[in-house]
Amino acid sequence: MTIAKEINTKIRSIKSTQKITRAMEMVAASKMRKAQERMTVSRPYATKIRTVIGHVANSSAEYRHPYLDVREVKRVGFIVITSDRGLCGGLNANLLKTAVKAMKEYHDQSVGIDLCLVGTKAENFFKRHGGNIMAHADHLGDAPKVMDIVGVVKVMLDAYKDEKLDALFVVYNELINTMTQRPRTLQLLPLVATEEKELKHHWDYIYEPEAKDLLEILLTRYIETQVYQAVVENIACEQAARMVAMKNATENAGELINTLQLAYNKARQAAITKELAEIVAGAEAV
Amino acid sequence: MPMTIHVDIVSAEAQIFSGLAERVVATGVLGELGILPGHTPLLTALKPGPIRVVKSENDEEIFYISGGTLEVQPRVVTVLADTVVRAADLDEAVAIEAKERAEQALKERKGEFDYAKASGELAEAMAQLQAIRKLKKRLTGER
Repeated sequence: MTIAKEINTKIRSIKSTQKITRAMEMVAASKMRKAQERMTVSRPYATKIRTVIGHVANSSAEYRHPYLDVREVKRVGFIVITSDRGLCGGLNANLLKTAVKAMKEYHDQSVGIDLCLVGTKAENFFKRHGGNIMAHADHLGDAPKVMDIVGVVKVMLDAYKDEKLDALFVVYNELINTMTQRPRTLQLLPLVATEEKELKHHWDYIYEPEAKDLLEILLTRYIETQVYQAVVENIACEQAARMVAMKNATENAGELINTLQLAYNKARQAAITKELAEIVAGAEAV
Repeated sequence: MPMTIHVDIVSAEAQIFSGLAERVVATGVLGELGILPGHTPLLTALKPGPIRVVKSENDEEIFYISGGTLEVQPRVVTVLADTVVRAADLDEAVAIEAKERAEQALKERKGEFDYAKASGELAEAMAQLQAIRKLKKRLTGER
């Protein structure tokens, strides 16, 4: 019976693992829904701010904000957003691959690279492989606040203002649907001018205070919102990926249990047969 | 029916208010503003303080916002609210914190970014995932 017993212990241990993965799957599913809601909530703010910036930038032509100016690229900044935790399939590995590829393109043109990292996975990766980390934030949790990323964004924006950086990108995961997440590199600075066709009106705002100061505030808020949205979307992706990974793990555990159960039944049967044979043999001998 | 104006109060973390109002009262950096329908386009920074949305004679809502920007167009008022009170020195403080964290991470790293090694590690991780997927496919295929 020892073999059967061993198999039985194994089955029990896999069953408890399966319980954990199933619970994790369900937790991820509910967290994903919340993260998706958060994604939609921050969208109107970004859209509104974009229209206002578009208008201000178009109507106050005498003043060009540095964020809108395209300079010769000598050094670029990357904001790399990853999750804090693992167990989410190839999500972070895929993202880091995209980031490294984009970085390599600049590196080959001998353009310097500065990094801003969000999430412990990115931190660990670049700690292992080097790279110039300028700012870092992690442990943002499931419901990050805008304030959590203001610091890192400010470091990068200040560097851009001081002309230490000539372009700024953010790399994050884009949620296509629950099954698919795709790494995406988005250019934050210089702001790509969106030529709006219907902007042909001849009015202008009254500015209180100066248009320049307002534009500065709005642009900063806009960049912050974009990074915030990227962080929130990345969290939704993380939960979606974890959900799928845990679903697979639960299924795999189920298969494993089935196979082991079969082996257990066979072993048990064999043991019984053997015992019976021994009894019969014993009776015959007497 | 009196004239109304559409009011949107949005922040990066939540949609706070959206609807029609007769009058909006807000605190701008240069003083208090009362906005009625048909107001000239205006863009102003807001001080932390209450925003009063008067929906009708005796129905008004008050929102407290921690600063932000107010945009007025003849038919639409948009408040882009900040989620927390923003001050230059506070922003500076969080930026310094982010820098310090980066410096800590920099202390433990090994110098310049090693592209070959990093790509190698990532390729390995991807290969592992792919192998698992293939293995699983084979297992389920047999069944």
